[in-house]
Amino acid sequence: MNSSYELPLDEADYNFGFLDEYAKREIRRAILKSICIPGYQTPYASREMPMGRGFGTGGLQLTLSLAGPDDVLKVIDQGSDDSVNAVNLRQFVSLTCPGLTTTTHTSDATIIQSRHRIPEQPLNESQVLVLQVPYPDALVVVEPSEARRKAMHGEGDYSRLLTKLYEDIVKFREITISHRYPTRINGHYVIDPSPIPRYDVPQLNQSPALTLFGAGREKKIYAVPPYTNATPLAFDDVPFRTEDFHDDRGERIACARCGSTRSFLDELPLADGSKRWQCSDTDYCDQQLQLKSGTLTGARQ
Amino acid sequence: MKKILEVRGLTKIYGSGCPRCISATGPAHDTNVCPHCGTVVAAHDVAFDLHEGEILGIMGESGSGKSTVVKTLFFDDKPSSGSARFHDGEQVQELFDLNPAEQRWLRNHKFGMVYQNPNLGLNFNVSAGGNIAERLLMNDLRHYGDIRDRARQLLARTEVLSNRMDESPKRFSGGMQQRVQIAKALATRPPLLFLDEVTTGLDLSVQARILDLILEIQQELNTAMIVVTHDLGVIRLLAGRTLVMKYGRVIEAGLTDQILEDPQHAYTQRLVASAL
Repeated sequence: MNSSYELPLDEADYNFGFLDEYAKREIRRAILKSICIPGYQTPYASREMPMGRGFGTGGLQLTLSLAGPDDVLKVIDQGSDDSVNAVNLRQFVSLTCPGLTTTTHTSDATIIQSRHRIPEQPLNESQVLVLQVPYPDALVVVEPSEARRKAMHGEGDYSRLLTKLYEDIVKFREITISHRYPTRINGHYVIDPSPIPRYDVPQLNQSPALTLFGAGREKKIYAVPPYTNATPLAFDDVPFRTEDFHDDRGERIACARCGSTRSFLDELPLADGSKRWQCSDTDYCDQQLQLKSGTLTGARQ
Repeated sequence: MKKILEVRGLTKIYGSGCPRCISATGPAHDTNVCPHCGTVVAAHDVAFDLHEGEILGIMGESGSGKSTVVKTLFFDDKPSSGSARFHDGEQVQELFDLNPAEQRWLRNHKFGMVYQNPNLGLNFNVSAGGNIAERLLMNDLRHYGDIRDRARQLLARTEVLSNRMDESPKRFSGGMQQRVQIAKALATRPPLLFLDEVTTGLDLSVQARILDLILEIQQELNTAMIVVTHDLGVIRLLAGRTLVMKYGRVIEAGLTDQILEDPQHAYTQRLVASAL
């Protein structure tokens, strides 16, 4: 989308936030229900959006129904503020929500819509994290029938999911799920936390910020309310573990750009066949660089 | 001896049903399809008691309703009427009054089922050990090492080579698959086990070893079993008491020896006489 694009006159009287108020109200109700039943997948009437399903329409509808003119929005895609999906969604929201400001700084945002990452910087109580979800049901890998999955969720029967983990350990000596790691919320429902890496899963646990999940194509909304337990499925003697960023010599790999050793890293293959590691969260990386050069401004320190 | 299961008036019909269904079917009419409305009376007024550690045989030809009885008791199918009381320690459960969640709980914790077709009892997408792990995980065991040890023990008990426990049962022979099914059914040490034609389709030497195994388990764990079969040899070897079914009715019931040595009903007499 061209940033100088303006809505044609006959479309300029779209409601604030593109969706009509009834649609927003329905989505807000689904959000409230999701918060009341942590981890439960609340069905909702996912609206047709002016972009393909699968491009974050679920997250977008959540964002649009939450946003007001005084909100500050950050949109990221795999940690980056500048990738196509993030740029498009951000421009669409600012176009349809006059007054709303956008930012790339995690700490300034009131709503953060994200695809496949949770920002490195810990969130606070006044922030809402909206995650875009392709597959909302963690049980879909073991049970094709939705009716049966619902019964399994209702009874908290996740034995078949655990059997999958058992099989992984038997075959590979470790659990091989790299993203979408099944996570139990508040001791009952197991959710698919969207394709965030394992590294981000512990951030959901007892998070001060509300986390909302929106699946546009699958028409489901679910939530991890603030200060709620989020426990990744594991065995008593084979605990959950996150990605290991240690090199052959046992040293933690540092970001090649900012030098941080405490962030989730992306592996970048270089032209000469070697590889380089860099923070996946671009805002965090910039912030570390500024900290180093002492140019970080007061409010963000 | 303590009762574990009391079944009374168990009836299962498939179809709309009419007032004459019951009077127009059964062994006396040589059919279980109602001539007036086409309803199939798969089982009618089946009643029996089962005691702890006892093996009850249900014998009959194809379509006599013997599998239907077991399917309703294992909640694979809903009965049309009748009651079944399950004595679980001090508790008494009215099986058909439980809600589906309670039924699934009982099925996972207290009952075991071994099907004729291993496809029904086993998940071929996971390993033999994984199949047993699934049963154990249903029972809230959450320790990988313990689960593996238990699975290995169970497979060793049912004579499956433990170095094959991480293979898919898809690659096992029929007899081995049956052994894995038995190990899976026994994983939770259920007080009640259903065996539906477990040895049908296996060759004789394998049959004999599986039957030996079942007897040993019954002696070891004191598991009550209901064995459904059309094979008189299996009945003679396993069952202490036997029901003979035909066209959905129980036509004869009593001690296995009595039934095989001195059958009263004409059908049973023919059945026994025709056995090789």
